[in-house]
Amino acid sequence: MFRTVLIANRGEIACRVIRTCRRMGIATVAVYSDADADAPHVALADRAVRLGGAAPADSYLRGDAIVDAMRATGAQAVHPGYGFLSENAEFADAVAAAGLVFVGPSARAMRIMGRKDAAKAAMREAGVPVVPGHEGADQSDAALADAAAAVGYPVLIKAVAGGGGKGMRAVHAPGDFADALGAARAEARGAFGDDRVLIERLIDRPRHVEVQVFGDGTRAVHLFERDCSLQRRHQKVLEEAPAPGMSPALRDAMGAAAVRAAEAIGYGGAGTVEFVADATDGLRADRFFFLEMNTRLQVEHPVTEAVTGIDLVEWQLRVAAGEPLWVEQDDLSLDGHAVEVRLYAEDPANGFLPATGQLTHLSFPPTVRVDAGVAAGDPIGPDYDPMIAKVIAHAPTRAAALAKVDHALSNARVAGTATNLSFLRRLVRDPDVVAGDVDTGLIARKGAALTDRPVPCTRSRSLAALAALGLADGDGGPWQGFALWAPLAWVQPLVWQGEGFEVRVAVLGPGRFRATLGDAVHEIVRDGARWRIDGDSVAADAVRDGDAVHVFWGNVYGFAVADPLAPAEAEAPGADVVTAPMPGLLREVRVAVGDAVAAGDRLAVLEAMKMEHALRAPRDGTVAEVLAAAGTPVAAGAALIRLAG
Amino acid sequence: MILSTALDPASEEARANRAAHEVALAEVRAAADAAVAGGGDAARGRHVARGKMLPRDRVAGVLDPGSSFLEVGLFAGHGLHDGACPCGGVIAGVGWVHGRPVMVVCNDATVKGGTYYPITVKKHLRAQEIAAENRLPCVYLVDSGGANLPQQDQVFPDRDHFGRIFLNQARMSADGIAQIAVVMGSCTAGGAYVPAMADVSIIVRDQGTIFLAGPPLVHAATGEEVTAEDLGGGDVHTRISGVADQLADDDAHALALARQAVASLGGIDRQSSEFPEDTATWDEPIHDPETLLDVVPPSPATPYDVREVIARLVDGSRFDEFKPRFGETLVTGFARICGIAVGIVANDGVIFSDAAQKGAHFVQLCSQRRIPLVFLQNVTGFMVGREAEHGGIARHGAKLVNAVACTAVPKVTLIIGGSFGAGNYGMAGRAYGPRFLWTWPNSRIGVMGPAQAADVLATVRRQAMDRAGTPWSAEDEAAFRRPTEEALKAQSHPLYASARLWDDGIIDPRQSRQVLVLSLRIALNAPVEETRFGVFRM
Repeated sequence: MFRTVLIANRGEIACRVIRTCRRMGIATVAVYSDADADAPHVALADRAVRLGGAAPADSYLRGDAIVDAMRATGAQAVHPGYGFLSENAEFADAVAAAGLVFVGPSARAMRIMGRKDAAKAAMREAGVPVVPGHEGADQSDAALADAAAAVGYPVLIKAVAGGGGKGMRAVHAPGDFADALGAARAEARGAFGDDRVLIERLIDRPRHVEVQVFGDGTRAVHLFERDCSLQRRHQKVLEEAPAPGMSPALRDAMGAAAVRAAEAIGYGGAGTVEFVADATDGLRADRFFFLEMNTRLQVEHPVTEAVTGIDLVEWQLRVAAGEPLWVEQDDLSLDGHAVEVRLYAEDPANGFLPATGQLTHLSFPPTVRVDAGVAAGDPIGPDYDPMIAKVIAHAPTRAAALAKVDHALSNARVAGTATNLSFLRRLVRDPDVVAGDVDTGLIARKGAALTDRPVPCTRSRSLAALAALGLADGDGGPWQGFALWAPLAWVQPLVWQGEGFEVRVAVLGPGRFRATLGDAVHEIVRDGARWRIDGDSVAADAVRDGDAVHVFWGNVYGFAVADPLAPAEAEAPGADVVTAPMPGLLREVRVAVGDAVAAGDRLAVLEAMKMEHALRAPRDGTVAEVLAAAGTPVAAGAALIRLAG
Repeated sequence: MILSTALDPASEEARANRAAHEVALAEVRAAADAAVAGGGDAARGRHVARGKMLPRDRVAGVLDPGSSFLEVGLFAGHGLHDGACPCGGVIAGVGWVHGRPVMVVCNDATVKGGTYYPITVKKHLRAQEIAAENRLPCVYLVDSGGANLPQQDQVFPDRDHFGRIFLNQARMSADGIAQIAVVMGSCTAGGAYVPAMADVSIIVRDQGTIFLAGPPLVHAATGEEVTAEDLGGGDVHTRISGVADQLADDDAHALALARQAVASLGGIDRQSSEFPEDTATWDEPIHDPETLLDVVPPSPATPYDVREVIARLVDGSRFDEFKPRFGETLVTGFARICGIAVGIVANDGVIFSDAAQKGAHFVQLCSQRRIPLVFLQNVTGFMVGREAEHGGIARHGAKLVNAVACTAVPKVTLIIGGSFGAGNYGMAGRAYGPRFLWTWPNSRIGVMGPAQAADVLATVRRQAMDRAGTPWSAEDEAAFRRPTEEALKAQSHPLYASARLWDDGIIDPRQSRQVLVLSLRIALNAPVEETRFGVFRM
């Protein structure tokens, strides 16, 4: 076994790998960018080496620097985590060339699986079902139309070089094929400089089911499946194992296919074979098709660990250290059900716009596994993925696991940035999700029913007022609120999502309050760590952080507290000024001083959180000033363009 | 020793006591509700419609959220001036701002425009006296039309009239006691000196005005036409005249600025070593203060063991009694109230010579040790009669009065029953300058009891009749006695007393412990000086 392992990653996965290493008695070396100098993974490792600037290209993607760090620290192996260099064959080669070990499959296996067409061909050869389709060299209109007819409508036209949905068109009838083909080609040419397309059967109700495989380069086993159908914008948000509705026979069939796939390419280490299943008639053996293989540890691997009792990182390290696979397929079994949800710093009510901020609170009940790469007090910056934590519940049944996730989320304390916590709570309570009736379109279909921002009730608002007044943190002393005949009342203005309101809080005695909001009157009593509100004992909590108040009561409600010493004086930027909604790089400015613009026109493009955000004109007018140049980094709230006229 | 109780809460007597106290409490509570309501719904509605905060909300707004508020003079004006002046037209009390005790004086503009009635002046001056004695920064929340003109002869010219307010401000400022004014409405004529004499003054934009003469008077005097805002509004005073220092956008902003001003005062006045921090622990009394209503007979004429009261006020019901076997009608001893060491002087009957001597001794002890004194007053007076006079009751009583008058330790007086005659003096009545004086709803106060007063007057009258040889029938005598008795009965009522600010307020007996400890904490805000007694007539 290795004495020292370097973890070429950051965040929760780096922390998670370090923990297993520590348990195995392996010394750990972390690497970090300037933005991560104080990050938890750095503190957790035995040693840490700086790589460079915040941008991944300057740090976590610098294979050369990582190999140097391995040499400098005596690390014998590198664990790449997921993302960054984890599926980079050149990096694996460079590590091997240095005489060191890359914890993962061979560069050859990575290269095969890295190309969709090559992967599919290899799979077909190994007898793994692939989506019916056509990817011939003949790219003539007629040949493709014939291929579509042969595959059978509905079909999907996809760019060979594609990704991210670009150059992709769904076609439901032969009459629409020609137009769709033209559009897909044009888009593919623009995006990838390659207008070749392939044709696939369009799957109506796709479910994303993946099989965890594990090989030693010769032999492989599978660790059953995961269902990752609950996605938004191709981003998984809830993963579970096993897949709902999976029959043992189908599981065996898919598992066997995945093992064949792994063995066919001499796969070593942990890998995931992704399938798409057509769930129109439930899961059926003849309706699952190979999609692609991920040659790394997956984000959602903990659900597999929960139901198999296996530490996948430990297995990775043992295989990387040269141990031949020590189990047979029959040694492996499933125990109960596990569900993982991904808590993100993002605003579901605002198109899942990534959010930034400083985490003031981050805690969960001890009933769940939490893999987090940040802690309370840490910043959520714009440089990396905005995932805060993975919350994983394991229970005997699926219903129990979902309930456990719900309970954990309801009792979580997360504040300092917008999060998808309420969205996740609604998701795990959704009747279709509870029934196991899931597919990749579910979240988009349900829309606002899942993403609407929960509105705080008058009780929550009352607790917010108590926190704003500094009356919520328990012991106010034996004289709190003492008065001879008439208790005094404090009037607290608060703002929720731009809506201002006032709560009148009469302090009746130590920990005893009467809150009035319009017609609503609530009697509130501090009861140890809990509250009694109108006689109901509730485990709600309210805290003040500077000019913000957070009420934790199932959901997290954020309120703004105006500083009474800083009233209206400061002019808020009106509709005349376009500001940066978050920190990022101003990629493009599309207008110049004097240009006439109409409401909704794209004025500039901000690149932040790995996404491009169009900044649009708030109204008709003329550009009076451009306050930041393209190519410059801008802070959240920075004024970018001023309109006049 | 730990005091025990003889109370049987299920007894007929206990139930009767409680019932009588509850009747008295209900009467006081009704008076309190009327005082708190200020100028009534219509006036309050108009006040709020102008964008102004109600006076009690202003008081809260300047205090720390959840601060205790030891209000003084809530019953001022009760039944006076034809009921035109609830709460005396001004709210006053001690609350905490950034952890420091502060005297807040807040005009209630819903009561006759916040103008000063005689009782308003008296209350304002009493609030300033408390501030000066206990070194409390003063925050004046000003919204007043100045002196009430029809009452000008009762508020303007005399020593303890309107002008005294500004003298107090100047002297307190000289003494390092901060004076902060927040102008939240009118501040006319003499009233203009409140902000002008303050160390720091804050004014609310388009709402506060300060001028020596308002627009009508200016027009009358010089013919000049000018708006109130242009004459003396916030903008004028913070930008042009310099009469005010800070311009606030609204009430809430002004109160936040006032809090900020208190935060900037520095910490020289607090003697934190003198009293325990909030976090210090102490024992609650073993006997529940709630049962005070059961154990105390409502009539001052009914004797009972005053230790039953002490047992319900002091930490752990522990009382280190001084000289328990001597002068038994005055109970003296050491105890703690919420951790604060106090000397307690309590009546347990009429004061005899030995009791008076013991009291003087004990007051001297506490003065030497700088332990504050708590007087529990329930006294019909000093003993009278030949034996008492020959025994030198006047001489011994004088010793007690001298000691109580001269001691420099803070005194807090609670009248729990009768407060009659010279007993009032020896037990630190109002004239003897206790830092605070509180009363219970069952208390009675007067130079003597109504019956005794009638007796005295009837006796004098009969002697005159006898000399003139005029017959005086029993009916005539009864008719003669009735108005005296009735007048004294009415005048001895605690609401009558509190309306005239003979005390700082009537309290619910069950709140006594908190009221005492807050009073003591406030009193200990000022350093305890060395005592020098007058000549004792030994």
